[in-house]
Amino acid sequence: MLSIKNLHASINGKEILKGIYLEIKPGEIHAIMGPNGSGKSTLSAVLAGRELFEVTQGEITFNQKDLFELSPEERSREGLFLSFQYPVEIPGVSMVNFMKTALNEHRKHKGLDPLSASDFLKLMRERKELVEIDSALTNRAVNEGFSGGEKKKNEIFQMAMLEPKLAILDETDSGLDIDALRIVANGVNKLKSPDKSTIVITHYQRLLDYIVPDFVHILYNGRIVKTGGKELALQLEDKGYDWIKNGEDE
Amino acid sequence: MANDQDKIIDEVTGSEYKYGFVTDIETETIPKGLSEDVVRIISEKKGEPEWMLEFRLNAFRHWQTMEMPQWAHLNIPDIDFQEVIYYAAPKQKPKLESLDEVDPELLDTFNRLGIPLEEQKLLTGVAVDAVMDSISVKTTFREALAEQGIVFCSMSEAIREHPDLVKKYLASVVPASDNFFAALNSAVFSDGSFCYIPKGVKCPMELSTYFRINAANTGQFERTLIVADEDSTVSYLEGCTAPQRDENQLHAAVVEIVAMKNADVKYSTVQNWYPGDKNGKGGIYNFVTKRGICKGDNSKISWTQVETGSAVTWKYPSCILMGDNSYGEFYSVAVTNNHQQADTGTKMIHIGKNTRSRIVSKGISAGVSNNSYRGLVKVVKNAENARNFSQCDSLLLGDKCGAHTFPYIEVDNPSAIVEHEATTSKIGEDQIFYCNQRGISTEDAVALIINGYAKEVLNKLPMEFAVEAQKLLAISLEGSVG
Repeated sequence: MLSIKNLHASINGKEILKGIYLEIKPGEIHAIMGPNGSGKSTLSAVLAGRELFEVTQGEITFNQKDLFELSPEERSREGLFLSFQYPVEIPGVSMVNFMKTALNEHRKHKGLDPLSASDFLKLMRERKELVEIDSALTNRAVNEGFSGGEKKKNEIFQMAMLEPKLAILDETDSGLDIDALRIVANGVNKLKSPDKSTIVITHYQRLLDYIVPDFVHILYNGRIVKTGGKELALQLEDKGYDWIKNGEDE
Repeated sequence: MANDQDKIIDEVTGSEYKYGFVTDIETETIPKGLSEDVVRIISEKKGEPEWMLEFRLNAFRHWQTMEMPQWAHLNIPDIDFQEVIYYAAPKQKPKLESLDEVDPELLDTFNRLGIPLEEQKLLTGVAVDAVMDSISVKTTFREALAEQGIVFCSMSEAIREHPDLVKKYLASVVPASDNFFAALNSAVFSDGSFCYIPKGVKCPMELSTYFRINAANTGQFERTLIVADEDSTVSYLEGCTAPQRDENQLHAAVVEIVAMKNADVKYSTVQNWYPGDKNGKGGIYNFVTKRGICKGDNSKISWTQVETGSAVTWKYPSCILMGDNSYGEFYSVAVTNNHQQADTGTKMIHIGKNTRSRIVSKGISAGVSNNSYRGLVKVVKNAENARNFSQCDSLLLGDKCGAHTFPYIEVDNPSAIVEHEATTSKIGEDQIFYCNQRGISTEDAVALIINGYAKEVLNKLPMEFAVEAQKLLAISLEGSVG
């Protein structure tokens, strides 16, 4: 599904990612954890194709395709979804219009006709129920005036609409209360299938109680310094990041 | 990051003006320059009665004492009014009994602009008056309208055939001495549309005038007069385009609306004059005076405009709310790109009791353009319970353009409630990326955001125009996101 080899990336000449290796197979859930500034969000931004970051070395293949050959919108249509840490407000653009435009681009990419208005609304209703998102949210402009929790739920709803092959959840748990966290996690779990993979980027072990990862990677100073099973997250919770930092420094 | 934005901006504002072609047709013009003789020639060519000539000459004499206004936030080189040709007419047979007599070149021109003049080809009930340079080429559906007593014809014909109506209402809302450009227009106006809706008649179809400048170095000075008698309703559309030329061309129009008791007039404009090229060369100088008077009680005038064209726009469609309970509206989207400049807005003058007005202005600036909203809300001493709500939003694309808001509020009655809201926002690179990440291309993302932003105004347009206007907004900004 996704293969990252020796990825180096920098912003304004400052190297953030210093040689990342990561292999993700269909159906797997990978958690990436690490302290502030370790490069977690840079990794998700590079995967999504944000031009802010310059890739200086390495290669990434996604579904046997060279990811760097694809524009951000092509990556999306190929099935790469990023749940933003800070979802952007787009005033005046209704969720319905936004989602319809996006979905029909995905369908066009697959050689399918656009959905009719009624089929689209039906699909939207189904997916809203699936992820337990409040109906009123989709009647508003994209993220406009949404609370932090509503924005995150809206990301999961969009994910449910677009059915990506690889979803990257970038600190989806930050700013969520425990109920919202449960709803978001349930949404992710319901969408899980043997051919779909997920990368969960998080600071805290908390989210991983709900979304159980197959692998946990610890990112520190631009490199994955430790990989393990879900128990690694618990260890981290116990010992804190200093344990990793000290190990790295020695 | 700045470089990324620039790149996206360039991508989205790159497209060319698609109405820039020139029609190769024999044109009769008079020598350039303006004098009393020229005014006399224009009047004579149009076979006008003496009173009309007098009106023009008075206006011309007044104009000579005036100076071009400098208060607008516009940077315009001096215009040499003696270098302009004030009359140009496509040569054709004098009387048009049927469409067969219209020059095929002309028909073709309007077809290319998407304005079919063959009545059987008009899909929806829209009556069209087509004006090329100085004269009206063809007015459709006249007979059908005449059955209900509606007069819809060119201004020249109205002067000949309905002199009483014209005498009564012409310059009754915008006097010849009103301002520099109104005076100029009054002296040299060549054609335009005239429309009269009799008492109690709801006009069964949209009326529209389509203006086209074709000849080089020529100014277009059209004059439109709409009179809606008691209890009548009319919706009027106006569209404009011009060929792509290196020289600037002058357009100075006057539109007057009179709404009597309980009358309801809706005036919609999609202005797409040639805006000049990317480097600011050429383009139309658009100086327009539009004003309506809600003369009778409970009358309503609504202006909707989508302004995407012209190198320079100077335009303030206004309402004089004289009748009690009368209502004025102004909905505007003004787009400026590249080197375009716009100074546009409205005036709402509250005179009658319980008068209300609503202003919604959406400015969109891109490139190195400047976009200003200028609006006056005036409540006179005796205007009890006047209400106004104004909303002025500016959207910036990139960081080299300017958006400015100049609201003026003059209230002389303590019972008035006047509200003004303003916002300025930017299409952010992060908004575009968010759309990209969901599979939407940058160009589509910009169109989506712009149309969302302008939705409140676009919704006010008649259906056929709304779709056209949406496309126009996207095209006007192609190559310009940030």
